Amino acid sequence: MAEKTILLDHGSGGLASQQLISDLFLKYLDNKTLHSLEDSAILQNRRGRLAFTTDSYVVDPIFFPGGDIGKLAVHGTINDLAMRGATPYCLSLGLILEEGFALDELERIIISISEACREAGVPVVTGDTKVVPRGKGDKIFINTSGIGFVAKDIDISSKNAKEGDAVLLSGTMGDHGITIMTRRAGIAVQGDLQSDTMPLHNLVAALLAELPGDVHTLRDPTRGGVATTLNEVAAASGLTIELSDESLPIRPQVRAACELLGLEPLYLANEGKCLAIVSGNQAEKALAVMRATKEGKDAAIIGRLVAGRAGRVIVNTPVGGTRVVTPLHGMPLPRIC
Amino acid sequence: MKYVDEYRDVSLARPLVEELKKAVTKPLRIMEVCGSHTMAVFRNGLRTILPPGMELVSGPGCPVCVTSASHMDAFISMADRPGVRVAIFGDLFRVPGTKGSLAEASSRGAKVDIVYSPMDALDLAVKNPHELVVFLGVGFETTTPGIAATILTAHNTKVKNFTVFSTQKVMPAPMEALLSDPALKIDGLLCPGHVSSIIGAGTWEPLAKKYNLACVVSGFETADLLKSLILLARQVGNNDIKVENVYPRAVSWEGNLRAAKVVAEIFEPADMDWRGLGRIPASGLKIRDKYAEFDAEVRLDIKLPEAKEPKGCMCGNILKGMSTPRECPLFATRCTTANPIGPCMVSSEGTCAAYYKYGRDE
Ligand code: SF4
Repeated sequence: MAEKTILLDHGSGGLASQQLISDLFLKYLDNKTLHSLEDSAILQNRRGRLAFTTDSYVVDPIFFPGGDIGKLAVHGTINDLAMRGATPYCLSLGLILEEGFALDELERIIISISEACREAGVPVVTGDTKVVPRGKGDKIFINTSGIGFVAKDIDISSKNAKEGDAVLLSGTMGDHGITIMTRRAGIAVQGDLQSDTMPLHNLVAALLAELPGDVHTLRDPTRGGVATTLNEVAAASGLTIELSDESLPIRPQVRAACELLGLEPLYLANEGKCLAIVSGNQAEKALAVMRATKEGKDAAIIGRLVAGRAGRVIVNTPVGGTRVVTPLHGMPLPRIC
Repeated sequence: MKYVDEYRDVSLARPLVEELKKAVTKPLRIMEVCGSHTMAVFRNGLRTILPPGMELVSGPGCPVCVTSASHMDAFISMADRPGVRVAIFGDLFRVPGTKGSLAEASSRGAKVDIVYSPMDALDLAVKNPHELVVFLGVGFETTTPGIAATILTAHNTKVKNFTVFSTQKVMPAPMEALLSDPALKIDGLLCPGHVSSIIGAGTWEPLAKKYNLACVVSGFETADLLKSLILLARQVGNNDIKVENVYPRAVSWEGNLRAAKVVAEIFEPADMDWRGLGRIPASGLKIRDKYAEFDAEVRLDIKLPEAKEPKGCMCGNILKGMSTPRECPLFATRCTTANPIGPCMVSSEGTCAAYYKYGRDE
């Protein structure tokens, strides 16, 4: 490729577009279905129920410790499928590029997407690219949609959470959110902060295989964090969720950065964590299953569902007090002192 | 972070809860002066385990909450001016003035940047030489030295497009104004740790004497807070009123004299408007004439617009600890953290936000 940046021509549908497709997208993302470059991909029907989801990614910065916008776009959509108990099957990839975007950065992102797809075993089977004039976008926006298959008897939903169920979190809170916020702010923090972006479908598969029928709800606490997601679960199930402050897993450097910026880790985004709500008497087994996977090695039982006011999340504090955790409104803002 | 964890240690904190129960021998009302204490109290759920007879009320120590509506309006109209870029701490973004907020100004194209230190704002000025960068100084002693040092740096490096709009406020002037109100019944103060590290624990002594007020300078961890409450209860119980410092790892009796010197070089005392408390003599800081080129009010010739407090909002009484948010008819109905009316709801440290988020007294 001669040019170093994205030109409006690359979105023209003409030769420049074709060149981008063959030199970049097919080079890294090729597979039998995508290769035909037809208007849509034809998929084998395995019968049974399908899960179908879509998500757009506009993260700034596009490269960050632990990942980049491409990886995020693959993992995010895979995780949305997995959270309904679906086995991810394939993805679509839509790119909106800003005129002038550096081609080598685009290549880095496409390589990252191809790695993420390969590791997860979920291919991109159809795609699209548009270029918008300089200033009308911000480097790169990505949309991915995903299709997954849901095995018979699997019924995972927020409203299935029951009184007495245990709440498990598959690892530490806030790693992604705090990494992005400190990057954006350009502040250096002691200890390295890293996004936790990773696919969770293997962890989910292990849970569903070991505890069929006892996994009631799976959610990935992305934007809004654990607090907001659990508020949604509490509302959908008509129950109160009680958490224990001391059991919430959090890396010391994340806690330190949160203290510095006046942020509450419960509200920070995660991109590789899953909340699992399972039958209370299966909590320890679920914990063991999670911890046996590499995605869930820091998993913890963080709380339980109890009768009480519907839609309420309470944290029991170490001194024996309680506080109520409400959902996040708007974006988390750092405070002054 | 070792300090923090040690003081957060539960095995330390639990017995303190028992000790506190024993220490409270007569009814007492304590005001936590600073917003960070208010938040720490809520985070720990301390109010849910206070012994009967002990009451904690929140004071005027959240900088965003005490920013007057007229200042907010001035900030917003300034941000709307072409060629001006406003740099703020995040808390200020959603604070309503009488017409809209900086968030709304930003959405209609005003240049509003959230920064984490005044030095970031100076960087913005260097990077955007054709704009006038205005840093909005909203804070207490904890932020003033950094702002003063930034102005000095701008002066020394001859940056011509950096200014500060100072609504910086000082302690304990507003406490004096509060305490002189006979309707306010307070037995003791939980004195701010961060602010006191600058002004010194000794600053609280005249207040303690004049108003017979138990004073304890506290840190922010669970054990810090509990120890401080125990001492306050004992002081009141034994009628042995004084200033005690349970945060010696950060606070000295004299304070940070070096910081005071930098501040005095740049700033001089000025009367300041406080939301809910009105104008209080010598309770704020303005930039000295010598550094007028860094004073946004001078550079942009700003006249403070006359502004009324939001209708029905009881922030004033709440700051004085004379009303609780639940007494406000707007609380949780028209005024929520998603749609704040008064600043006590906007700031994460505001009393109304804390009630709303953490469901105090439910
Ligand atoms: S609830 Fe809202 S309107 Fe009422 S006092 Fe608090 S901030 Fe003001």
